[in-house]
Amino acid sequence: MYKISTTPHINSKQTTQKIMRDVIVALSPAIFSALVIFGYRALIVLITSITSCVFFEYVIGKKLKLGNTTNDLSAVITGILLALNLPATMPIWMIIIGSFMAIGVAKMAFGGIGKNIFNPALVGRVFLFISFPVQMTYWIKPHSFDFFNIDAGTAATPLKTMKNLDIGESLSSLTSYWDLFIGNIGGSMGETSALAILIGFVWLLKQHIIRWHIPVYFVGSFAICMMITHWITGNSQYDVLAHILSGGLMLGAVFMATDYTTSPMTKKGKIVFAVGCGVLTYIIRVFGSYPEGVSFAILIMNAWVPLIDKYCPQYVYGTGRK
Amino acid sequence: MKTKTFSIGGIHISKHKSSAQIPVEELALPDIVHIPVKQHIGTPAKIKVKIGDKVKVGTLLAEADGIISANVFSSISGEVKKIEEINDGKGWLVTVITIEREGDEFEPYMDLSDDLMTDISDDKEALRQVIRSAGIVGMGGAGFPTAVKTSIPEGKKADTLIINGIECEPYLTADSRLMEEKAEQIIIGVRILNKILGIQNAIIAIDENKPRAIAKLTQITKRYVGVNVRVCKSIYPQGGEKQLINTITEREVPSGMLPIDVGCVVQNVATVYAIYEAVQKHIPLFRRILTVSGDMNDNPRNYLVRVGTPISFVLKQNKVDMEKVGKVIIGGPMMGQTIAALDAPVTKMTSGIILLSKETSDKPESTSCIRCGKCVDACPMGLMPLNIRQAVNENNKEELRLLHVQDCVQCGSCSFVCPAKIPLLDFCKIGKFELSRK
Repeated sequence: MYKISTTPHINSKQTTQKIMRDVIVALSPAIFSALVIFGYRALIVLITSITSCVFFEYVIGKKLKLGNTTNDLSAVITGILLALNLPATMPIWMIIIGSFMAIGVAKMAFGGIGKNIFNPALVGRVFLFISFPVQMTYWIKPHSFDFFNIDAGTAATPLKTMKNLDIGESLSSLTSYWDLFIGNIGGSMGETSALAILIGFVWLLKQHIIRWHIPVYFVGSFAICMMITHWITGNSQYDVLAHILSGGLMLGAVFMATDYTTSPMTKKGKIVFAVGCGVLTYIIRVFGSYPEGVSFAILIMNAWVPLIDKYCPQYVYGTGRK
Repeated sequence: MKTKTFSIGGIHISKHKSSAQIPVEELALPDIVHIPVKQHIGTPAKIKVKIGDKVKVGTLLAEADGIISANVFSSISGEVKKIEEINDGKGWLVTVITIEREGDEFEPYMDLSDDLMTDISDDKEALRQVIRSAGIVGMGGAGFPTAVKTSIPEGKKADTLIINGIECEPYLTADSRLMEEKAEQIIIGVRILNKILGIQNAIIAIDENKPRAIAKLTQITKRYVGVNVRVCKSIYPQGGEKQLINTITEREVPSGMLPIDVGCVVQNVATVYAIYEAVQKHIPLFRRILTVSGDMNDNPRNYLVRVGTPISFVLKQNKVDMEKVGKVIIGGPMMGQTIAALDAPVTKMTSGIILLSKETSDKPESTSCIRCGKCVDACPMGLMPLNIRQAVNENNKEELRLLHVQDCVQCGSCSFVCPAKIPLLDFCKIGKFELSRK
């Protein structure tokens, strides 16, 4: 007797675990830049965050009888993303609380992988940001924790600097675009180097893990809003390029807004979602009291995903294109 | 020439066309054949012989019963031993005429020479009648009687004839070999169809992965009016009827309608060759080319096989080590059906016998859906399989209707690409079934 089964009889070699592995590879330049810029302290934050995320996924999965899903590597990614969203000086116990919020509350309580509404790493980050505002905005100068240098000092992030700029003053007198691009600035561990994030983006596209729409429309819509504001006000605190290269915009657009589970399905839906993220980020950065708005923007748009999915369906063959 | 493809979805699959360079060889004759009376969509043919009758190759065994039916001819010479019901391997009982072979004698009306007959003398109606009496059905796998497909219903008009030479299923190379070896005969077959349909616009669509067939047919079509070759991208399911129509004409067949509603008639190349043989050589449909291949088959072959030959006999001739085989598929690995036992015969619709090893025969275990959207990007009909799955689980018929599940062409692209290995097509089939059930 030979096996009887439904069609198709062959499957692609792609698996959830392989996808996650590719995302980790894509994150590795950002991890590398965090280690270069923030030294051993970055390593401590990363290890703490990854271990506690995987630990919570395992323990809570077992308690809620969701099975052991740690080998799909998604908890590792949440751990990395959470770490990259924190300042290198974050106390360890706070990181563990953040990991619990990310995995326990935002992911496992909803039913585990694929069921969550909000991006787990962002929930963890925002929770920490609201609970521990002092520690979460304590920015050290790059290379404060080089392995042979313990001369730590604080530095304001470019966004903070820009927000407090006087009219006529320009950011470039304080920080060069090049420093912003390679990440030689203060900020969260993985946010600072646009270059590292772009390398990851190229890898994700090459491996067909994500499509280009969300990152490009996110950054694009943000840039257009900012450009108009800059043009109307003439105020250099609205410098478009500086805004794109600083804060969590690049990391958020490439790695957080593109999270499969919490972003829309169709191309049309992805564009609506990304433009929403871009405009909200702009609104928070320009009119809000926080210098940074990427996390909030993505979380707010996450909540809209079911509705976007409903109203942006795929075009069905033979139904007549309008 | 620019390659074309359809506008929605589609996936890349490794084609494994290892038998593409192997010429078609005639399979040895079996000692016994089981010829089913139903090798088509529609009513089974009415049996015209009785036990003990002597038959030759080409003797009418069963006659078409009604319009949607097809004649069945004997494929060997010998004696009718039994008229019985056997298991078709898929779980159905089918009525077969079992014939024991004596020699290999042909009915005298057939022209078995290799001479090419280019002139088409009959008129439209007579040509259609020949196709009908030769028992020709769609040989791509659907098995719809060809004479019916070439009769244009009242009020409809055909303006494009599309010949499907895509063969997008992995492993299968029967159509590919046929196009290389019988190129001119196919083109004459196309001209017969042109004459029946009263049009001068036939397009032979070939997958870009068949360069030799493309070169050969392109060269020959230069000598004939009204027949052209179009190269299509190697994307699955390029050979799907709706996708092919969209590729060639940029039209879309509206939901629930037929190709003729958008002015198209689509025929498979093997069917077109059968039409040539029937009209120009008076040979009815009693044999076909099929591919024997698979991931553990190191002896892939293309055979010319008599209809009714037991699959076990074909595999024995192919010298496959059946110990290592886990799954036997009739047709391609994407849409073909598996059989449990090998007594089933080759029919007019059998385009291949694909053998998968024990290791690849097991369905992978599925994990949670991560909403990656790969199924949505893959679906050539623009459906959202993951949402269909959810609607099936919730038994939400209204939602299933809104999701257009009845438009699913069952190509299997969604299940193929799913990284969580969820059998999405199964859910789509359940959804279609639920909607068809009142």
